[in-house]
Amino acid sequence: MRRIGWAIALAAAWLTPAAAQAPASAPAVSTPAAAQPTGGPGDHTRPEALPPGSQPTPPGGFAQNPGQPEPGTAPPIMTPTPGVGEPDGRMMLQDQVTPIGREAAAFHDYWLLPLCAGISIVVLALLLWSIVRYRRGANPVPSRNSHNTTIEVIWTLVPVLLLVTIAIPSIRLLRHTYSPPPADLTVKVTGHQWYWSYEYPENGVSFDSYMLKEANDPTRQKNQRARTDADGPPLLAVDERLVIPQGKVVKFIVTADDVIHSFAIPAFWIKQDANPGQLHETWAKVDRPGVYFGQCSELCGARHGFMPIAVEVVPPAQFAAWVASKGGKMPGAQPAAPPATTGGTDTDAVTPAPAVAGTATVNPAPAPQNPNVANRTNQ
Amino acid sequence: MSTTADALNLKPHEAHDAHHDADHKPGFFVRWFMSTNHKDIGTLYLIFAIIAGTLGGAISGIMRWELMEPGIQVLNHAWPIGAGTANFDEWTHHWNVLITAHALIMIFFTIMPAMMGGFGNWFVPLMIGAPDMAFPRMNNISFWLLVPAFLLLLGSTFVSGGTGLGAGTGWTLYAPLSTSGSSGPAVDMVIFSMHLAGASSILGAINFITTIFNMRAPGMTLHKMPLFVWSVLVTAFLLLLSLPVLAGAITMLLTDRNFGTAFFDASGGGNVVLYQHLFWFFGHPEVYIMIIPGFGMISQVVATFSRKPVFGYLGMAYAMVAIGVIGFVVWAHHMFTTGMSVDEKMYFTAATMIIAVPTGVKVFSWIATMWGGSLTFETPMLFAIGFIFLFTIGGVTGVVLANGGVDTYMQDTYYVVAHFHYVLSLGAIFAIFAGFYYWFAKMSGRMYNELLGKIHFFLMFVGVNVIFFPMHFLGLDGMPRRIPDYTPAFEHWNYVETIGYMITIAGVAVFFVNLFWSLAAGRKAPDNPWGEGATTLEWTLSSPPPFHQYSTLPRID
Repeated sequence: MRRIGWAIALAAAWLTPAAAQAPASAPAVSTPAAAQPTGGPGDHTRPEALPPGSQPTPPGGFAQNPGQPEPGTAPPIMTPTPGVGEPDGRMMLQDQVTPIGREAAAFHDYWLLPLCAGISIVVLALLLWSIVRYRRGANPVPSRNSHNTTIEVIWTLVPVLLLVTIAIPSIRLLRHTYSPPPADLTVKVTGHQWYWSYEYPENGVSFDSYMLKEANDPTRQKNQRARTDADGPPLLAVDERLVIPQGKVVKFIVTADDVIHSFAIPAFWIKQDANPGQLHETWAKVDRPGVYFGQCSELCGARHGFMPIAVEVVPPAQFAAWVASKGGKMPGAQPAAPPATTGGTDTDAVTPAPAVAGTATVNPAPAPQNPNVANRTNQ
Repeated sequence: MSTTADALNLKPHEAHDAHHDADHKPGFFVRWFMSTNHKDIGTLYLIFAIIAGTLGGAISGIMRWELMEPGIQVLNHAWPIGAGTANFDEWTHHWNVLITAHALIMIFFTIMPAMMGGFGNWFVPLMIGAPDMAFPRMNNISFWLLVPAFLLLLGSTFVSGGTGLGAGTGWTLYAPLSTSGSSGPAVDMVIFSMHLAGASSILGAINFITTIFNMRAPGMTLHKMPLFVWSVLVTAFLLLLSLPVLAGAITMLLTDRNFGTAFFDASGGGNVVLYQHLFWFFGHPEVYIMIIPGFGMISQVVATFSRKPVFGYLGMAYAMVAIGVIGFVVWAHHMFTTGMSVDEKMYFTAATMIIAVPTGVKVFSWIATMWGGSLTFETPMLFAIGFIFLFTIGGVTGVVLANGGVDTYMQDTYYVVAHFHYVLSLGAIFAIFAGFYYWFAKMSGRMYNELLGKIHFFLMFVGVNVIFFPMHFLGLDGMPRRIPDYTPAFEHWNYVETIGYMITIAGVAVFFVNLFWSLAAGRKAPDNPWGEGATTLEWTLSSPPPFHQYSTLPRID
């Protein structure tokens, strides 16, 4: 019976778009809703429009009050630079803005790639030479040689040596990736179907981050802000960006609460699968202010392609101001706002204790941040 | 070596009036539906693979069409099931169904049946001088298990998989997307399909191992076997050792889904990454299962058309053995981003790179076989040369991906898609075409049309490169796999790739014209159309070979 309850709860949680459109409740598994995706209170799309980095908002109440903010009024703090932190149609790696990223990109660009090209060209040249020189017209009588120990030893040992020259910087890169400096800031990243939520346990800030839809997208709710170019490219811009300070070591604690997602930002050279029931850690020290985009990188269901990640890197002072604007506080500082247990967003159930420093708030049970998935815990 | 088609031994009782030995064929139904003849079963496998491959290729056409431009313009109406009523989530779910079906069809129902079931069944007994496979009836059930497996997979697209119709989990069936993330019977059907296909392959593998170990003609020692037989032997061991692990893993998925277990459910003490370890312990040998028989075929083709014996025969054989063995200890390089420890990553980085050494031995040995030869460029040789070059490109990008620190960026991007299509779509499929043209005369008794074959090769060579080479650029620019829509920055190369698909499909159309024209009206084939370079035993038989061959076993000196 427990299992059946689970199944119903899960079905209800994950199929809410369908359930919302065709109000048949619980396991609306095989009832494809015939209606247009009109959404509704149970839709996964963000129920209200919060401009990125918006002014301090009264804690709570937003989820229940979707009509209040005016769509598209407040522009984002920072506009992305074309070609930095986002794909631009190039044929190479994105520009890297972290020490690990630069080391890895240099390893790729100046050693792996030339080596690959070189080997391919050598093989191609040998093939072409054989084709021309040993075609039947040029060489009517084939040789019968089928052994040459010397050359066989050479073409075994030379690749081994080349691989050693790859392995040394490769292992060094891994060692550097796994020896982060002490973290200045911890962000807990949780993947959901199909949005991300970010939690700053040391600052008492947490919020959800949804993709911004285009103005002409019929699935966009009337109260959802449409994407503008200031937000970022289509399918990459989000309504509320993850904000981190420039030049600080940021530790990302990555998990998920339904299926596996993957938290990836190419310009930082980070990609960490978000596994439900597990906490994994990755880090970045970004030395250039700007907006950087990534996408979920593990197949997670229908809208896998529509849960981007946008990170805004700002100078530390601006970061502190942003934290204050979100109703949080900087560790060691006086609270800039009343100790908002709800972090000023629609998370009405999660209460990261503001005093928890250095460690992520670990919720073995999925945090019921979204009202749609709240009933998953009713096992 | 010599073969005598001698009717004195093993002559069927009722065939006393036939002057050609043992060419007594059963009636149509018994011959094709209850077959125990390795050549007929091989033909069935090849027909099956061609049908499945056409379907899998058509699915990739839908995908390339959708990806040609940003936005959703095909999934919302071209997908026939549920068209018109579906909402956005169902469109994108259908995308996931397409990628899942494309991979499973191409892997389990095209490449594996063509290589092992088709060419393996046809030519392993012929090449080792055996009258048939060791277990002819098991051979039959191997094939007929594949048919319901395929029907289950196709049927799964008509039932609910959670968000929409069909299983949208990806071919890897990662939990918990495949367990709690996909309600409805579709995923269960896919799991059963994999069970059946796996059982089919295990039975086939047992058959090949027994045949090769026990039924070689007198004098055919292991070290005299043609390299294609070696490749099938290695592949059969990989199948036998890896598929049970897959069967266990997907059985656990099944019980997690239906019977309340929590192997992969964190809330019950399970571990989602455990599934990935089990899957890739099968999955990595699986990629060698798909390519090693191709290695064998390419070796036969290159030697034949170079009119030289294979260079470094023993090195070639044991390179395949080495690839097979190492292939079992590198699986977690598919999981570099799951949160492994640094020591694990270092080990799997190093172990994976070691595979480049035996692979390099093979590539260089093929070139050395050509070196000093007297080359002609019939269609099989063109496909073989194309294979060598394109497989090299797929190999070097594999070395890039082997680096755990670099893979952080590449994992789950189009760079990976480019890599594995270079080794599979261009490697395995080119090898299959090389083998098909090479042996078409032997199997059908008719010659294919050389001009059409060459047109097919050149269209396909250009087409697949236009499809897959720009995927490296998309991956480096950060485009994730398995997304139905993308930001406009990715549009240019996606558009180019779809053009490449059109070129490829034109080449495939030429292949089908050639196939049907040659079957109907091709020139009658001699026993050995390839001349002095074709030295293996199958060329000593008639084209097509008699229904039962080697009633007197050939003797190898």
